[in-house]
Order: sequence, then C-alpha cells, then structure tokens
Amino acid sequence: MEILVCVRRVPDTAENEIRLNSAGNDIERGDLVYSVNEWDNYAVEEALQIVARIGGKVTVVTVGGEEDEEVLRREMAMGANQGVLIADEALNGSDGKGIATVLRAFVQQGHYELILTGVQAEDGGAQVGGMLAATLDYPFASLVNSIEVLPGGKLKISREIAGGNKEMNEIDLPCVLSIQTGINEPRYVGMRGIRQVAGLEIPTFTASALGVDVGTVGVAAARVKRTDYFVPALGKGAEMLQGSSEEIIEKLVALMKAKGGLN
Amino acid sequence: MAPIFAYIEHHGGVADDSATELLAAARKIDANASPIAIVAGYGPEFDAVCTTACASYDEVWKVANQSLAYPNAELVRKALVQVLPKGCLLLVPHDHFGIDLSPGLSVKLNAAFVSDVMGVEGTEGANLKLVRQEFGGQVSAHVRCDVSSGAIFNLRPGAFKPIEAVPANGRLVDKSSEVGTLVGGRRYLETIVAEAGDVDITKEPLLVSVGRGIQDKDNIALAEDLAKALGAAVSCSRPVVDAKWLPKSRQVGSSGQTVKPKVYLACGISGSFQHLAGIKGSPLIVAINKNPKAPIFQVADVGIVADILEFLPELTNKIREAKGASV
Repeated sequence: MEILVCVRRVPDTAENEIRLNSAGNDIERGDLVYSVNEWDNYAVEEALQIVARIGGKVTVVTVGGEEDEEVLRREMAMGANQGVLIADEALNGSDGKGIATVLRAFVQQGHYELILTGVQAEDGGAQVGGMLAATLDYPFASLVNSIEVLPGGKLKISREIAGGNKEMNEIDLPCVLSIQTGINEPRYVGMRGIRQVAGLEIPTFTASALGVDVGTVGVAAARVKRTDYFVPALGKGAEMLQGSSEEIIEKLVALMKAKGGLN
Repeated sequence: MAPIFAYIEHHGGVADDSATELLAAARKIDANASPIAIVAGYGPEFDAVCTTACASYDEVWKVANQSLAYPNAELVRKALVQVLPKGCLLLVPHDHFGIDLSPGLSVKLNAAFVSDVMGVEGTEGANLKLVRQEFGGQVSAHVRCDVSSGAIFNLRPGAFKPIEAVPANGRLVDKSSEVGTLVGGRRYLETIVAEAGDVDITKEPLLVSVGRGIQDKDNIALAEDLAKALGAAVSCSRPVVDAKWLPKSRQVGSSGQTVKPKVYLACGISGSFQHLAGIKGSPLIVAINKNPKAPIFQVADVGIVADILEFLPELTNKIREAKGASV
C-alpha cells in the first residue's frame, strides 16, 4: 500500500515553557526546542506497521521551510522511504484551508491509497486532515485508534469517542485518517539512525510547481488569521503552598482532611 | 449578520449539554441573534430531541433520515450541505463528532473554519474576533475570522456558560424532504464499550492522578505507594495511557472516565481541557507540578510547585508516619 503521512515540526510543549515576547504579541521563539508533532509521529509509526504487514511504501511530507527537513529525516530514520518538503514563501500565513489546498495538489501528483495526519498539532487545529479529504472527495475519519486492512480496498478502523468507547467503521480506500496518540508505540530513533539518512536527498516543491494557484493560499487567501498571543487574566487561581516541603505537606494534609478526603 | 445555526448533538433521546452552550455563544456573537437549532437523526427518540430543542430555541430545523440513525459525520455533512443556506454561521461542539464533521463541511460550504473556540470578543467589520488556546493551554491567541461567506466554529465544551434563557416555544420546521439519499465511503459498524478495569476510579473519593511528569513506568510505583498510604486509588491523564504505563480504565478525561472524588491530587498533569472535562462534582483539586506556568494551576484549588518524583515519596512518608502515630 502506498501511504502518505503529513507531518509538522512544532515547538515541543513538553520541553518548553511558552512565554510571551517583550512586545506581548507573539511567543518568545528564541530558545524553543522543536520536535515532530506528537500525533504525527504515531501516524508515521502506524504507516510503517501497515507496510510491514502487507508491503508498500511510506512517504512523509511537510509544508514549511528548510529547517523542517529535520523532522522529515527523523521520520525517514524511523523507516519512511521518502521525505518531501513543500516550501514556498507564497504559503506563509496560510490558514488550514490553504495548507489543505497545497497538500491536495501534492496528493494528486502521486498514487496514494491511504493518507494519514495527526489528529491535531500544538495549535489544536484538528482541521487539515478533514479539509484535505473534502477537497479530494475522499472519505475521512478522525481520532482513529486502530486500523485493520480488509480485502477489497477497504479498512476497518476504530475511532476514539467519549468515555473510552470505540466507534467501529468500515471505510473505502483511498481515504484520509487522522491518527490519535496511543494507537501504537512509536519506535525509538537514535542519533545513528538519523546520521544514516543524513545524505538522502529530499525533493522540494514550490506551490506553483505543484500547480497551485498562489492566489488560493497564503496570507491573502486566509480567512482565519491569528492576530496576537496573550496570557489571559487569571481567575482566582490556585492557593500556592509555600515554605519548606515539611510545611507544605502539613498544610496539604490539613486541607485534605477538611475536605473529607482523608481520615 | 448572517443567520446563526447551532448543531444539536443528542444521545439516547436526550440533547447534549452543549445545546444550551451553543445558544449562549450565538448570543455572544450577536446579542440580538435568534439562532436556529439544527437536529439530524431518525426515530421516535430523535423526535423527542426536536421537541426538547423547541424549549430553548425559537426555531428548530429537523432533518430526519434513516441513514442518520447513527450520526455518521460523512452522511451528516452531506445532509447539511443540502439544507443549510449559503453564508450562514454554524456552531458545533468541539468533540469527537465536531472534529469529524466540521473541517470537511467548511470546505463543502466554502465557509471559514475555526476549531476549539473558547471565547468571542466581538465584530470588526466582516470579521469576528475569537479566542483560542495554543501550546497545550500555556498561552491564548486572538484569531480574526472573515465570516463574509459563512463560517463554522467548533466550540470548546464548557467554555460558554449557558444563559438563563426565557423558555422558547420554538417553531419546528421539517427539512427532511430537502435531503436526498445519503451514501458515503464510510459505514458505521458498531460501538465497542470500554472494558471495566480492576479499580472503578469513578467511585473513589480520593484519587492520586499522574500525568506526563511521572516520566517513566517505574515511577508509577511512587503514586501507588502514596495511594496505598492514603487509602486512595491511582488514576492518570492521557499520556500515561498512551505510553501503556497504566490501563485505559484509569484515564480521567473526555475520552476516558468521568470521576467525582472529594480530593483530586493532580501530579505532574499539565491540565488540558480534555482532562479537566473528566473531573466533576467540584473536588478539592491539588496540583503538584514543577512548571509554575502549568495551566493546571489556573483551575486547581491548591498548588504546589515541586518535582513529583521527589515530592510524592516525601508525602507518602509523612502520611505513613501520621497514620502510624494515630494507631
């Protein structure tokens, strides 16, 4: 099966304390640690496991700049056969629809039977996969947490719904699925693995090379624009316990007793 | 302002709590709005939902279709494309259904789309100014959305407080005949109900809950030791289940269990809204996190800035000492 996985390089929220810059309109980007979006990493692992079972090829694609090659190489070190970078200044400021538009053009150049994305990225957008499917007129399912390949060009998938329950569906190929974390255990990638793919060529496409009308992407076409970041005025917030850990524990135990949670 | 529609989710003949939240959000977008509820489904239970919706909305559009007996998002999308007027605003809950439905629907309606909207701060010409969160809730962002050719907003559950609305005596409009045969590439098979775990965390009065900050499977023992000393149970947030350190039945959150303890010790949990959605009944929430900026401190009652790997064993020892002394 030919599988395409759409990935993204993002500031790692587990590794960074996100702060506002001095102007107060953006986050401080100086010292951010970047990594591949967590959800996307599960999507790549799932693609590799499907190919290991039934054969095929895994391509990873990202829309961004030169600095984003590192996440492509990381996913290639995991086992993806090919990395592709779509980079074009005309794409700056694109909203979700703009990204879906350029990915659609890329998909149409190939013969992918299955396209995977992560459920969401650090901005909580949860949108590009569903939009891409709609622009291609492919079926779509979100929050997918298991995939079984059936004969006859179909998959059996489960979706994560409320209360830990699973919604089982059958879906026709080609289709787009957004992958939820926990679907698998992504394999570890060491420095050695990354070095081994360091020399591999990563083809780069511009929007126009893919036949995209640049008027339909980028900041001018975006109907959704982030204007600024801010830290909301906090409500009451937590009563912060201060002092030595002994004092803190004493206060904590008293509070828990008062609430009836401790005998 | 274009007409505002609210998509009413329902389960077992009962409208979801989000129905009244969407109404509140519509009034924030336009104080004079008379939003129209749109309800899709099939059968007698579904008819009851339509009647209930008339009690809070002035107008309710009913889309009855046998293919919508289960809300398969692809088929709901195909039905809505046939029913909704061009250029309207549509409000949808940001949950497992809204995430499935709205991005694709926005493409088909050529409408703008904003997900996980937490607030509405007013209009600027053809634009609406909205509030979202990014980076796991560490910072918020203003988003400007051009709504001149319609828009879909997925609204965060719980972010819009239901307003005390005057009981409406809404008009029920049957739109079912506008929808043709619905066929799609995705077919619903069945729902598999989550397996019960060894411990029912929904019934525990005291929970020691661990998150990503526990760092390693071996460290789960630190939480178990504390729980044992306290007579509590161990629960967790999603990353711990994803890493297979604890079973799914221990997960608190919208995709896990809903718990109602008296005291909830959130240890190394950042506090995503999906996690917080699983904590009900206003317990004393104690947050222990080494990151003083962790969003959990905004919602906790008591906060402690500490590394749980050091703090939990200390707390366990003190509890043991105290219990030993009282025997």
